[in-house]
Amino acid sequence: MLAAIAFYVFATVTVISALLVVSSRNPVHSVLFLILTFFNAAALFVLMGAEFLAMVLVVVYVGAVAVLFLFVVMMLDIDFAQLRQGFLTYLPIGGAIGFVLLLELISVGSAWVISPEAMHHASTPTPAGVTNTEALGRVLYTNYVHAFQLAGMILLVAMIGAIVLTLRQREGVRRQKVATQLGRTREQAVELRKVRPGEGI
Amino acid sequence: MEIGLEHYLTVAAALFTIGIFGIFLNRKNVIIILMSIELMLLAVNINLVAFSTFVGDLTGQVFALFVLTVAAAEAAIGLAILVVYFRNRGTIAVEDLNIMKG
Repeated sequence: MLAAIAFYVFATVTVISALLVVSSRNPVHSVLFLILTFFNAAALFVLMGAEFLAMVLVVVYVGAVAVLFLFVVMMLDIDFAQLRQGFLTYLPIGGAIGFVLLLELISVGSAWVISPEAMHHASTPTPAGVTNTEALGRVLYTNYVHAFQLAGMILLVAMIGAIVLTLRQREGVRRQKVATQLGRTREQAVELRKVRPGEGI
Repeated sequence: MEIGLEHYLTVAAALFTIGIFGIFLNRKNVIIILMSIELMLLAVNINLVAFSTFVGDLTGQVFALFVLTVAAAEAAIGLAILVVYFRNRGTIAVEDLNIMKG
């Protein structure tokens, strides 16, 4: 009973805040509603019994992705009112397509059953008596270790790509160039002159 | 009031639809479009985790983890491209995105 109430509360807040993400007037509010959506989805994961993924969702999505969005929204000086023009003209077609898609999803969902045999052919059945994190770790670092390494590689490439894309050398900015400093020789830096008394250079 | 697989699938379907809806609604604003994509990926993750826990197969959760990774990488690259584009053009309107004539 309590689990059912919790499910309905979290599911309702998730869906409503997701709606507010796409319809909010101010993009900063959109990002904040996105964070609310992620938190409630994490709560749904906990209800399902996937605690590790719930915590990862909070750390990755709320801690990294949403903050990234927030930074970009606040950094760029954009006239959002101008971008919202045509919001109402797109409303009917967007609503129609969304409605059709929802109907299709419902019709697929209602006409479908899990085969009882499928339950007994799980490739990696959930072991009993271990926490979700430990069970996931046992599978992830054995059967899926190559995919795991590949995921790390993707993140590395994404990080380097983002840095390369956004790094820029501005003109007229003085910054320390260590290579140039270290590359100086004695001949370039010091010059010996004979100075006669009373004359100067 | 038993909460079964269908309930979670319904939430995921609603989230996915809202994501599609958001892309159509905010056609000019790339930031909101990226957020809608994040919503759709979240719906996919809810689907994967729901099936995984109700069938008792951990592979779904492993896959959800990988989807999460790709979503984070995609957001980082997308926003970096957005920042560079804004620097060059001074706007983020999607309709002007035709430099490459793709």
